[in-house]
Amino acid sequence: MTDTAIITKPEEEVTLIKPARGWSSLNLIDLWRYRELIYFLIWRDVKVRYKQTALGVLWAIIQPVMTMIVFSFFFGKMAKVPTGGIPYPIFSYTGLLPWGLFTKALSDAGRSLIQNRSMITKVYFPRLVIPLASVLSGLVDFGISFLVLLGIMLYYNFAPNSGYHIYLSWRWLTLPLFILLAIVTSLGVGLWLSALNVIYRDVNYIIPFLTQFWLFVTPVAYSAQMFSEKWQFLISLNPMTGVVEGFRWALLGTDYGFGSWALLSVMISIIMMITGLYYFRRMERTFADEI
Amino acid sequence: MYFICQADALYLPNGLSNKMTDIAIRVDKISKLYKIGITPERYRTLRDTLAETASAPGRALQKRFKSSQPRNEEVSENIIWALKDVSFEVAKGQVLGVIGRNGAGKSTLLKILSRITEPTEGYAEVHGRVGSLLEVGTGFHPELTGRENIYMNGAILGMKRTEIDRKFDEMVAFSEVEKFIDTPVKRYSSGMYLRLAFAVAAHMEPEVLVVDEVLAVGDAEFQRKCMGKMNDVAQAGRTVLFVSHNMSAILRLTEETIVLEKGELVLRAPTPTAVDYYLSSGFSQMGERFWHPDEVPSEASPFSPLAIRVRDPQNRVVDTVRSTDPFHIEVEYRLDAPVNGLRLGIYLMTTRGEVVFTSFDTDDPQLYNQYRIRPAGHYTSRCMIYPDFLNEGRYVLGVNASSFRVRRYFQDEQALAFNIDATGAPGMHWLEARQGPLRPRLDWQIKEA
Repeated sequence: MTDTAIITKPEEEVTLIKPARGWSSLNLIDLWRYRELIYFLIWRDVKVRYKQTALGVLWAIIQPVMTMIVFSFFFGKMAKVPTGGIPYPIFSYTGLLPWGLFTKALSDAGRSLIQNRSMITKVYFPRLVIPLASVLSGLVDFGISFLVLLGIMLYYNFAPNSGYHIYLSWRWLTLPLFILLAIVTSLGVGLWLSALNVIYRDVNYIIPFLTQFWLFVTPVAYSAQMFSEKWQFLISLNPMTGVVEGFRWALLGTDYGFGSWALLSVMISIIMMITGLYYFRRMERTFADEI
Repeated sequence: MYFICQADALYLPNGLSNKMTDIAIRVDKISKLYKIGITPERYRTLRDTLAETASAPGRALQKRFKSSQPRNEEVSENIIWALKDVSFEVAKGQVLGVIGRNGAGKSTLLKILSRITEPTEGYAEVHGRVGSLLEVGTGFHPELTGRENIYMNGAILGMKRTEIDRKFDEMVAFSEVEKFIDTPVKRYSSGMYLRLAFAVAAHMEPEVLVVDEVLAVGDAEFQRKCMGKMNDVAQAGRTVLFVSHNMSAILRLTEETIVLEKGELVLRAPTPTAVDYYLSSGFSQMGERFWHPDEVPSEASPFSPLAIRVRDPQNRVVDTVRSTDPFHIEVEYRLDAPVNGLRLGIYLMTTRGEVVFTSFDTDDPQLYNQYRIRPAGHYTSRCMIYPDFLNEGRYVLGVNASSFRVRRYFQDEQALAFNIDATGAPGMHWLEARQGPLRPRLDWQIKEA
């Protein structure tokens, strides 16, 4: 938006309005001032999402569970993908958790600015609020499907002959870090797509294709450990690899299958978010004119 | 008394020093450039960019490497200065009106001041918390209840949750939708929806309020309510920048007004002077107004207005007619293609913006049937105004060309102004101004009981 500085004197604040040149600062203070708007947007999104649907919030569960069942049949039973002794449903569902968060962010955040066009052209607020709220609202669905994972784990834990026992370790405590990494990755991609979508509506057509394509190159249905050393570099370039393998490392006790390349994956996530933030800030000046 | 502002002249109200603390809004040589083609209706696709690059790779590259140069390079490309070198100041507690024709840059000015879009050049500063009201009900979601939408909309307008909590009951009372506050707003009537939306907006308490044409919607009762609230705001010593097409609202709420024309500030004056200037400006000849093809938006096609005139009984074009004479109003226009169900109408308004009447050329069912499809061609629609009908004063004619419930081709609410002279009208033997826009010669009878 406008390169504004808000100077708060004890008695009054002054808004300076002038054309911005070059790259803008992120102006996170302004974002903080509007934190309640982020909260309300998330709340609206969650509240409205399953209104007037017959199954309601069950949809948050149906999608990952159905995918897990299909994966279990084709990759687990037919292709016999190695999972390191973990029942395939648990193995794939653990990957599907952050994946769901990511795809939702991809499609929702990518379209979020266009969908909130009327707000953007009529009211000022830090534009970052919109894709941010859109990514964060995915956490609610994430939480619900996480409970399902616990259910599946308990089932296998007590089922006779499954040979599976819940992996109990301090690693569980690192889960919030991986959730954060999932959000960082989703936000990075979401920011790029949402800003590009304002100028190029091609993004609308790219998103479904991108989601599908990205699933194939992410170790959700398979394990990153399947790859030989020379492929590990390539697969680590995908920031979602780090997220998915991280979830398995924390919850299932698998080795962080691709060794030191993990760091590369994490770095790419962070770089994408930071470049996304700056690109977004640069483009948002013209959002109201171009949207 | 007023003067025409030079591009860089600042008008300062009498006796006001130029101290920082007295100024709420300072606008200094603000300009805004739009490239045509980046209108809200049309957006670029990647293909366009690729096609441009492919067709003129040299130029595209040049552009890329010369990007540090100012934008003046693209002079001949399709650009519009929506605002050009606009400068003015608003004192704290002042209510300033902004008027101008469509496309004069009013909305762009408000959007810049409320930080929705940024200026291309220039500088502005606003002292105090800014609230902008360019639309009511921004962010309303049909699936959410009235209560939920109040919180949502309040947050969008920059209110804190505690602030909304505190004013909640007042907002609900103002909106008169208490019974339906927990019903999704998709079940609201449009009146209820508007009232609720305005209720939230009306309870913002910014130090500087920027308001666009929000009063132009809703029924008379709603508008009365809005005006009352706006009046309170103005009385409360808040600084307000108020844009409206409604001259009576501008006259009621503001004491001083700026007039924008084609992106430039042409006048800052006491409101009655500014309104009069605005209503009578742009008429190339007295009693007659021609439309230049540039003034007609492309959406008007196939309708293109050519001229509107007032003619006296001798068929001369005049800007003053006698109240006791019949006179004609004629609109000349061209149709480039046949139009189904076209009706061409005039609004007659007082300079205070009150509509005296609206009339269409196909009001008569017989004419309507005859012109069910109006073929392409050059037309004049002409009507006679009866003698002994209008009171003395200045009147404004507006034009509308539309097909009912299908499309509005063209509308100009301030197309032409003319005067009525009351010489010989009933009651002229008393030297007093008669109230009301009409001065009919009524058939009075006096009987002794």
